[in-house]
Amino acid sequence: MTKLSSGEKVFQSIVYVALILLGIVTLYPFWNAIVISFNAGADTARGDITLWPRVFTLDNYKLVFEDGRLTHAFLISVLRVLVGTTLSVALTSMLAYGLSKPKILFFKPYMFYCIFTMFFSGGLIPSFVLNKELHLNNTFWVLVIPSLISVYNMIIFRTFFRELPDGLEESARMDGCTNIGTFVRIVIPVSGPVFATLALFTAVFHWNDWFTAAIYINKMNLLPISSILQQILNSNLATEMLATQTGGNASAIDAVGKIQTVTSKSLSMATMLVASMPIILIYPFLQKYFVKGVLVGSIKG
Amino acid sequence: MRTQLPLKKRLRREWDIHLMIIPGVLLLFVFSYLPMYGVVTAFQDYNLFKGFADSPWAGTKHFRMFFHSPDFWTIMRNTVVVSLLKLIFSFPAPIALALLLNEVGKAAFKRIIQTVSYLPHFLSWVIVGGFVISMLSVDNGSINILLMKLHLIDEPVNWLSESNYFWGILIASNVWKDIGFASIVYLAAISGIDPHLYESASIDGANRFRQMFSITVPSIMPVIVIFMILAVGNVMNAGFEDILILTNNGVNAIVRNVSDVIDTYVYRIGIQNQRFSYAAAVGLFKSAINVLLLIGANRLARRSGQSLW
Repeated sequence: MTKLSSGEKVFQSIVYVALILLGIVTLYPFWNAIVISFNAGADTARGDITLWPRVFTLDNYKLVFEDGRLTHAFLISVLRVLVGTTLSVALTSMLAYGLSKPKILFFKPYMFYCIFTMFFSGGLIPSFVLNKELHLNNTFWVLVIPSLISVYNMIIFRTFFRELPDGLEESARMDGCTNIGTFVRIVIPVSGPVFATLALFTAVFHWNDWFTAAIYINKMNLLPISSILQQILNSNLATEMLATQTGGNASAIDAVGKIQTVTSKSLSMATMLVASMPIILIYPFLQKYFVKGVLVGSIKG
Repeated sequence: MRTQLPLKKRLRREWDIHLMIIPGVLLLFVFSYLPMYGVVTAFQDYNLFKGFADSPWAGTKHFRMFFHSPDFWTIMRNTVVVSLLKLIFSFPAPIALALLLNEVGKAAFKRIIQTVSYLPHFLSWVIVGGFVISMLSVDNGSINILLMKLHLIDEPVNWLSESNYFWGILIASNVWKDIGFASIVYLAAISGIDPHLYESASIDGANRFRQMFSITVPSIMPVIVIFMILAVGNVMNAGFEDILILTNNGVNAIVRNVSDVIDTYVYRIGIQNQRFSYAAAVGLFKSAINVLLLIGANRLARRSGQSLW
């Protein structure tokens, strides 16, 4: 490396300091939430809980796991991710494979038909009214079916399929494979990375989405964890949960005789961390793939 | 060019390709095209029991009602101001981050900062909102603790219930969530710059700081312009999830005079208050402006040699 002048050294130090600050600002809220979730709620209310718990406790997490609604919502989210991701990736990749053959009949109309939906949409209200008329509201399927086809993901799939060597599929067809057979037996096995990338993206979308359930579902036992968390954060639900735990009084003494110290704040932090755990666990895999995904998407042309 | 096969032969060869395409086409028809047709509700007095087909027509009544409503100017102002603030702060932030990361010599340090700063993008707005609420709360909020320690405030401030702070909080949480992820595209553009340019610049005596502004920034300008066009075309989409989360799903009315933008208004009026036709009209008005803005921005860009299409 070339020798730096003193001015450049100052510049370099500023760069490093700025980036370290950014790192701290990004990580601190996580750390603080973890600390609060392990600190007794009543004690947190006295303030000054920043970098380390003062009164360590697992009560907040106990309440999260003991409250049937939260574990149930967690399972709904898991089910949604599994069903939604599988179906969406299957249907979107099939569409993309079909459209990776520019010589087929109606190719141009098909493409235009798909791309057009990226630029124009009916908007929130017509979609809401439609899903209601289709009787999708208050069903599990409203979380899955309306978002099955992602044209954006279709384009990424298609870009990948088009770059596969021609010989690969030709040899399959010589062996008497149908197009569907070629797709299933030849194309899917060599397309691992693009399937992994888009499956991860879709799964993250399904895990994070709270709004769909917020507008279409008002049955408690169908709400995913993200929607439950949204209600807990605004403490109406948290207060209710605390009340059922303690028989109406948030600081009452529970059956075992120990003082109930969970507050709505400590409860929300614990729920929040439980809800974000799956994302943080798959983040290393996500990171491996997403840079490529973003770049393919942005040069779709 | 290959000669076209007769239709019958073609179909025999490619029928199962169409079989793969049709499910997607049907799904898009139902969930994208039917809602487009559904914008006719904006010109009806839509009634859930009568449906699209039988609801009475209302002409442009709902549009006129919106333009004359006292909400109109507040909402337009909030939408434009929030968008402009995002354009001024959230847009350049990832560019600045990419430029800074490009100055880092140590690969390991660079990788750590990238890993950390990309993470919030993958979290739901619910979680990000949870962090914001927790950091700013009166009850053990770290921001209040810090400011009290620095003697900048005497007692904890209830940041989220004061209109004055709402825009700042909204923009800061947006930057926090997406600065890292949005920098990826710019970093990719920077990595494509010819290294000879830097060599000859340093022979000419330009220091690293100078090189950043004379080589790096001009080289990634095309990418910046394209994203700028997209951002301008999005001015009417000032925010939705972020605002809803910070205002308790739109229920918090204390800051509504600054938080209500077109999309949250459509949601509140249409879905929470069930005035479907009026809300659909407001939504359609927004889409129309969006299309005009996108075309306009693209014209401007074409004049400077860039274009989306």
